[in-house]
Amino acid sequence: MVTSFGSGAMTNSIKEIGDCACILAIGTNTSEAHPVIALEIPKAVNKGGKLIVVNPREIRLTRWADIWLRQTPGSDVALLNGMAKVIIDEGLYDKEFIEARCENFEAFKESLKSFDLDFAEKMSGVPKDKIVEAARVYATTKPAAILYTMGITQHTHGTDNVMAIANLAMLTGNIGKPSSGVNPLRGQNNVQGACDMGGLPNVYTGYQNVAVPEVKQKFETAWGAKLSEKPGLTVTEMIDAIHDGRIKAMYIIGENPPLSEADATHALAALRKLDFLVVQDIFSTETTVEADVVLPAVTFAEKDGTFTNTERRVQRVRKAVETPGDARVDWWITSQLAKHMGAKGFDFQSAEEIMTEINKLTPSYAGITYPRLEKGGIQWPCPNTEHPGTPILHTTQFSRGKGKFMPISYRPPAELPDAEYPLILTTGRGLYQYHTGTMTRKVKGLNSLQGEGTVEINPTDAERLGIKDGEMVTIASRRGSITAKAQVTKVNPVGVVYMNFHFGESAVNILTNPAYDPVAKIPEFKVCAVKIEKIGEPVKVG
Amino acid sequence: MADINLTIDGKQAQVKPGQTVLDAVKAVGVYIPTLCFHPDLAPYGACRLCIVEIEKMRGLPTACTTPASEGMVVKTNTEQIQQFRRGVLELILTEHPHPCLTCWRRKRCGPFDVCLRNVEVTHRCILCPKNEICELQEVVDHIGIKEVEFPYTYREIPIDRDNPFFERDYNLCIVCGRCVRVCQEIRQASAIAWTYRGSQTLPGTAFGRPLRDSDCQYCGACVDACPTGALIERARKYEGPGDHKVLTTCPYCGVGCQLNLTIKSGKIIESVPAHNNEVNRGQACVKGRFAITDVVHSPQRLTKPLVKKNGKFEEASWDEALDLVASKLGSFKKDEVAVIASAKCTNEDNYVTQKFTRVVFGHNNIDHCARL
Repeated sequence: MVTSFGSGAMTNSIKEIGDCACILAIGTNTSEAHPVIALEIPKAVNKGGKLIVVNPREIRLTRWADIWLRQTPGSDVALLNGMAKVIIDEGLYDKEFIEARCENFEAFKESLKSFDLDFAEKMSGVPKDKIVEAARVYATTKPAAILYTMGITQHTHGTDNVMAIANLAMLTGNIGKPSSGVNPLRGQNNVQGACDMGGLPNVYTGYQNVAVPEVKQKFETAWGAKLSEKPGLTVTEMIDAIHDGRIKAMYIIGENPPLSEADATHALAALRKLDFLVVQDIFSTETTVEADVVLPAVTFAEKDGTFTNTERRVQRVRKAVETPGDARVDWWITSQLAKHMGAKGFDFQSAEEIMTEINKLTPSYAGITYPRLEKGGIQWPCPNTEHPGTPILHTTQFSRGKGKFMPISYRPPAELPDAEYPLILTTGRGLYQYHTGTMTRKVKGLNSLQGEGTVEINPTDAERLGIKDGEMVTIASRRGSITAKAQVTKVNPVGVVYMNFHFGESAVNILTNPAYDPVAKIPEFKVCAVKIEKIGEPVKVG
Repeated sequence: MADINLTIDGKQAQVKPGQTVLDAVKAVGVYIPTLCFHPDLAPYGACRLCIVEIEKMRGLPTACTTPASEGMVVKTNTEQIQQFRRGVLELILTEHPHPCLTCWRRKRCGPFDVCLRNVEVTHRCILCPKNEICELQEVVDHIGIKEVEFPYTYREIPIDRDNPFFERDYNLCIVCGRCVRVCQEIRQASAIAWTYRGSQTLPGTAFGRPLRDSDCQYCGACVDACPTGALIERARKYEGPGDHKVLTTCPYCGVGCQLNLTIKSGKIIESVPAHNNEVNRGQACVKGRFAITDVVHSPQRLTKPLVKKNGKFEEASWDEALDLVASKLGSFKKDEVAVIASAKCTNEDNYVTQKFTRVVFGHNNIDHCARL
């Protein structure tokens, strides 16, 4: 998305979704992952809006869908290119918008010339006429918004998927207007903020690139330290670097790689190989047990600060109760550690003081101050304290100037089913648990609703394998095997099985493929080949 | 379109086209009692408490369902209105235990006091989980009912405890329909609907089956909408109003719902979605609504720095732990160290973490699980 538009965040706001004339929800089961955003979608439908759902699974949203395209996991580019081709061939694109606001359109048009809808049908398993229908509805019903989540990005060709989506939005001029846009819905509470704050190997706060000399100069002056212009390692690369012996010590804050990383066995082995591991968390997790030192942190209810939500809105977190025992606020712990290691510039007394430093160094956060946040959240970019914030991005021009069409060709997922591993495994979140479950699994009520990992399997596959609903089965991939209870359901298409990743006992990421997208470095959680076997009856002795 | 001007009890009010007389009444700061009205729901006009007199209009229209129009002259509190309101409320109270509601000693009465009116224990306000946070109590106090002339019938319906988070005691239900409507209009779930007909009408699931067989997703919107003790969160059942509320942001997903945490004696007793914001506008999901307290106040929280010695964790002081970590991390070559930040921590935490990595180690080996 950065390549196409110059900015990778949700272009529009949550409350606009309810007024969309058309919504294309692709690779997102938002009813489970963001239940409150999902409430807006039926609102739009009830006002006469069209809903196109693209998902292999029969998710809750399909109830309201006018069109439901059930593609084979990993075939999104074929499908999206097919839609783009229909829009171009039938002249449904927004010529004025493309001329005024975009570039590289001719090359994109050229690249689709040889593209064939039969190919899209063959790859995605979606009938040709349905692709045509969806393309027509999306192109002619305005304003139209696209919503997507990890179903799009967690592929080896995730970047291609996102660019294909961006192409569609630019083709139809659905950018920079209310209730339109390209809207990646972020999964974790402050994943947007962690990115904004430069918790990434290639950028400082506000996506200021580490490789740009002026940026480096600015931060060196502000921080009084020598900095590097070389991008660092991503989490997935760090794990490989540990196995290579290039990384020997690690400081992990509030993360749980043995459950969340693809090929979790590999990740756990890496943590065990480290010479020194410090982990900072609120609970004992699969990661803290591997640590040499564990530092007790506090929950959101025991600290002041801000979270940035999926629509770029910075909102206050307020201290509500006292900290238990000797636990400490995360920024205090890290600052103390910095001071113990002789670093200057970590004498923060409050979260507000840190925000003041962020304001100074980050143009998009410059006007987001605590006194202003008392009146409610502010959406970045907010360049000064008079600025009201920005609900819609790219209204007059794209962050990068002109929106760039990117010609893309379809590439299959890194691992496809074969004779030995005949099923496609795809993963996701459930409503009743959160991420690796370190928090939500402490809640009895939630556990009683969804307390163990299950593998969802289509009745046809189940019958072929002789598996009954509720039976324990082994699921194996080339990387490992786990056991879980089978849940026979028509939600999944034939040949596809589905698991949540919240549960340590049936840690699905032992199975997933760490092959990652070359640009975004996101592993392919959404497609890997597995086989399922019934666990034999226990042998009776005597 | 131009604003609409109307007169409420002699005061000038101005509202937008499409707004109701009730909106105008609120705009000028006049209180009229309501029970079925809910700001997020379509007007319903069921409880008949918000009746008003409008010049040149027949009868007593309900303010919540009457669109405001230019030049209306509205009276909200005439003798006739008061009399009708009292009558309507008395009828509502024939289906809800009320001897305490109308008792002058209520405010002074404690749980174990001798009841001078010989009210059955289960029917007393003082033992209702909604005591002091009950909308029905507020309305009764406002209208000032001293005595209900009709007897009330206790429905004797067993309390439904068949879900992990809230209880459904339809003996206390006043059939305002807010739970049914929020489930249908806002949550699009329709887990509950009207069951039976006429005087038997009550909210409930299809065929009285348990909630887990319905489309219920345990968001708690019905509990928040309920004006009485009919729907109540089990965990906070006898906690009362709490000491104060803290507005904060939910930690469970990227939506960033605004939640009001109710604090009592230093503990969170409930988390209720906040209304006045542009994000969740009064809604949350099962995690934000019911999964905060157990996590924050979990006995399994880490409370001391731990240092592994001979394969076992031992408690340490902060000085000890920080000294050890600082000297250990300092003993490696700088590019042999990597840091993982957290997408669950605040912006301030993450800012300090990346600054720490970049300043102390002079490289950019910092990432978090944005991709997972």
